[in-house]
Amino acid sequence: MKNYKVILVIGALFLLSFMSSMPLAAQLDPLIEKVSQKLALVNDYVAEGNMKTDVAFIKASLGKVKVYFKKPNLLKVKKEGGISLLPRGGVSLTINTLLNTKQYTTIPAGTQLVNGKNLTVIKLIPTDDNLDWVISTLWIDPIAALVYKTATTTKENGSYEITMQYGEYANYGLASKIIFSFNTKDYKLPNGITLEFGDEDPSAKQKALKNKKGTIEITYSKYSINKGIPSNLF
Amino acid sequence: MWSLIQVELYKIFRRPRTYIAFGAVAALIVVIQLGLKIDGNSYAAFLMKDINDTLTVDGKVLNGYLICYILLQLLLVHVPLLVALIAADMLSGEANLGTLRLLFSTPFSRTQWVLAKFIAASVYTILLLIWLAFLALFVSMWVFGTDDLFLMKSNYVVLIEQKDVLWRYVGAFVFASFSLLTVTSLGFLMSSMAGNSIGPIVGTMSAIVFFTILSTLNIPLFTIIKPYLFTTHMNNWKEFFDIKVNASNEAITGSILNIPKIKTSLIVLTLHIILFVTASIMIMKKKDILS
Repeated sequence: MKNYKVILVIGALFLLSFMSSMPLAAQLDPLIEKVSQKLALVNDYVAEGNMKTDVAFIKASLGKVKVYFKKPNLLKVKKEGGISLLPRGGVSLTINTLLNTKQYTTIPAGTQLVNGKNLTVIKLIPTDDNLDWVISTLWIDPIAALVYKTATTTKENGSYEITMQYGEYANYGLASKIIFSFNTKDYKLPNGITLEFGDEDPSAKQKALKNKKGTIEITYSKYSINKGIPSNLF
Repeated sequence: MWSLIQVELYKIFRRPRTYIAFGAVAALIVVIQLGLKIDGNSYAAFLMKDINDTLTVDGKVLNGYLICYILLQLLLVHVPLLVALIAADMLSGEANLGTLRLLFSTPFSRTQWVLAKFIAASVYTILLLIWLAFLALFVSMWVFGTDDLFLMKSNYVVLIEQKDVLWRYVGAFVFASFSLLTVTSLGFLMSSMAGNSIGPIVGTMSAIVFFTILSTLNIPLFTIIKPYLFTTHMNNWKEFFDIKVNASNEAITGSILNIPKIKTSLIVLTLHIILFVTASIMIMKKKDILS
């Protein structure tokens, strides 16, 4: 009888240690599941909008863009008839592309008040070593199951912060406005290459030196959801 | 007066030397266009190395508008030398041949002859500029297509929308005509002071090279005299390609960053033209024709 109890205790301890050593993939947050279910309603979309580039060393005007998305993580931003400037690697790391892969584990990180909204903070850690991102923090509205902010660190392309606002497409978890914030590196070309020997705009020069943060802002005017997009577009 | 201009134009375009400049401009442009057509992408990648660290640039960067800008940067420094070939020969060539005495003994005044010669030299200069504009802009647009103009300056980048580019080139070429006419008038002045063509041609070229070097050197001593040098102002056609931004760093379509700078440069260049031509007329009026 005594041996039986010892075996039971050892067995319980073994089970406990086995459970604690189980891969974190099993610890999926129910809120993330709720957000994922909402995003799962969208197989593909084409969104039209205006893009504003605000990088200290770039003078660019507003441009009309089309954003193409296809499950699980294909995303392309295309400016209509012109040259577009997008943060390197970062633009593809939207909430759809992050969550649709399902290759992550979650860690709850409390709640935070952001812009008057009490948001749940959840950290995502990829379970696939081949993914470009290292960690991503999500600020989620627990009632509406909408992600309002993400901060992602990538392996090669630095850190990105994406802030979202929602409008009429909130039911699909699609934002009406997205702001990508990213760090910029120094820009300097020798005069001998640019052949610009005269005086350049001093205010632009000063701004470029001061501000190392850039933003790309896309305001969506229209979404076309689940109408089908050919894969060769990406 | 019109007949005098016609005579002078006939003389200019009858000389084979006149076509050297047209041929040289065509050869240079075609060679650069060919080089950029074959290996332009690696050139663009080299230029955009710093930008590509932060951003992905999607679109046709190496389009006709950018090619034209690159060509103008390279050629508008050297075309004045080609202009000098003709302008600096206008009066001294006649003196060298001994035909100046013949001209000045006609019923027309010396001032009329000098002005007719200057106008003819100016027509040649403008035609050379139109030829350059045709090859650099329109042929490049045809060969490379068009898109937004993505200009990489030393400290910042300017992205000008496609619909906002063409009028800037018109402005830049009009401005360049003032620059080249200044060179024409300088060559003309040198020509009025010499008895053969070699001296004024070499003299004009040397003056352009000398002043261009002074204009580009950022040494405090030269900074004081820079605003008075015509070569400093000749390069300001580039101002048409820099735009204003609003408080939220959005570029304002159709704007020019520094209009006063363009106006000042045009005034300085025009004053140089008037000064050089007036001096030429005065020298020729007082000149003893001994050849």
